[in-house]
Amino acid sequence: MITLEPWMMLVVSMIIFCIGLLGVILRKNLLIMLMCVELMLNGVNLSFVAFSKMHQILDGHLTVLFVMTVAAAESAVGLGLVIALFRNLRTVDSDQIQMLRD
Amino acid sequence: MDFGLLAFSIFSTIAILGSIMVILKKSPVAAAFSLVLVFFAFAGLYALMGAHLVAALQILVYTGAIMVLFVFVIMLLSQDEPVNDLKESSGLFKGVSVLGILGLMGLLIRAVLTARGMVPTGTLTDEKIVSMGGNVRLISEGIFTDHVFHFELTSFLLLGAVVSTVALAKRKAVSGGSKA
Repeated sequence: MITLEPWMMLVVSMIIFCIGLLGVILRKNLLIMLMCVELMLNGVNLSFVAFSKMHQILDGHLTVLFVMTVAAAESAVGLGLVIALFRNLRTVDSDQIQMLRD
Repeated sequence: MDFGLLAFSIFSTIAILGSIMVILKKSPVAAAFSLVLVFFAFAGLYALMGAHLVAALQILVYTGAIMVLFVFVIMLLSQDEPVNDLKESSGLFKGVSVLGILGLMGLLIRAVLTARGMVPTGTLTDEKIVSMGGNVRLISEGIFTDHVFHFELTSFLLLGAVVSTVALAKRKAVSGGSKA
């Protein structure tokens, strides 16, 4: 009889992290790239909680609270940057943003 | 099959399929709604591990605040026409990145599986957490005693985020910038 164990959660968290990383590399839309960063942060949060369960301490849960705060601040500033870029360049495609190259 | 394992397989399948949809969907709104699905599945996984406070905050903060922000920005920029930007990059680049990420995933899973037989270093089993007043009480005590310095640093981070967002929003559009 198999029961639920923390290492299964760790495997899921690593898979989600890698999918998010792949999205950041492959996509060109800045909004979707930011969403994939959120996905990566969520994968790491899940591994914090799973390690916390595995070690029978609660410090992982506290770390998750701080990571959530950082994620909220990061998405607010990141979306503000995307809006500022869109106002100047009329695009959210990361390949079109090449003012430093010209 | 016990209940925990059944719920775990349902939630993790939803989470993995939803996150694959996030990176494959062409329209940003569809990607945002797949991401909401992933966040709800994550809340279920947290609840399965007994992290009730984290599960509640996941729904409140992520699906309640961050995703509303994302959908609002998509609406503001009216960026809902589907763009197939996955087709633009070359096949070699895509193949190499997929292979690299698969290798990284294998390495990470291998590393995580070595932690399977680990002896717990703490003493807070589920029964002990309940007898000490529950998850929420222990986490709150931890924030305001051991981690109070990090808590104060977080307030500085949020202050900095507010100031920088206001500074970004106030700036006028660069005159003469390329309007391509």
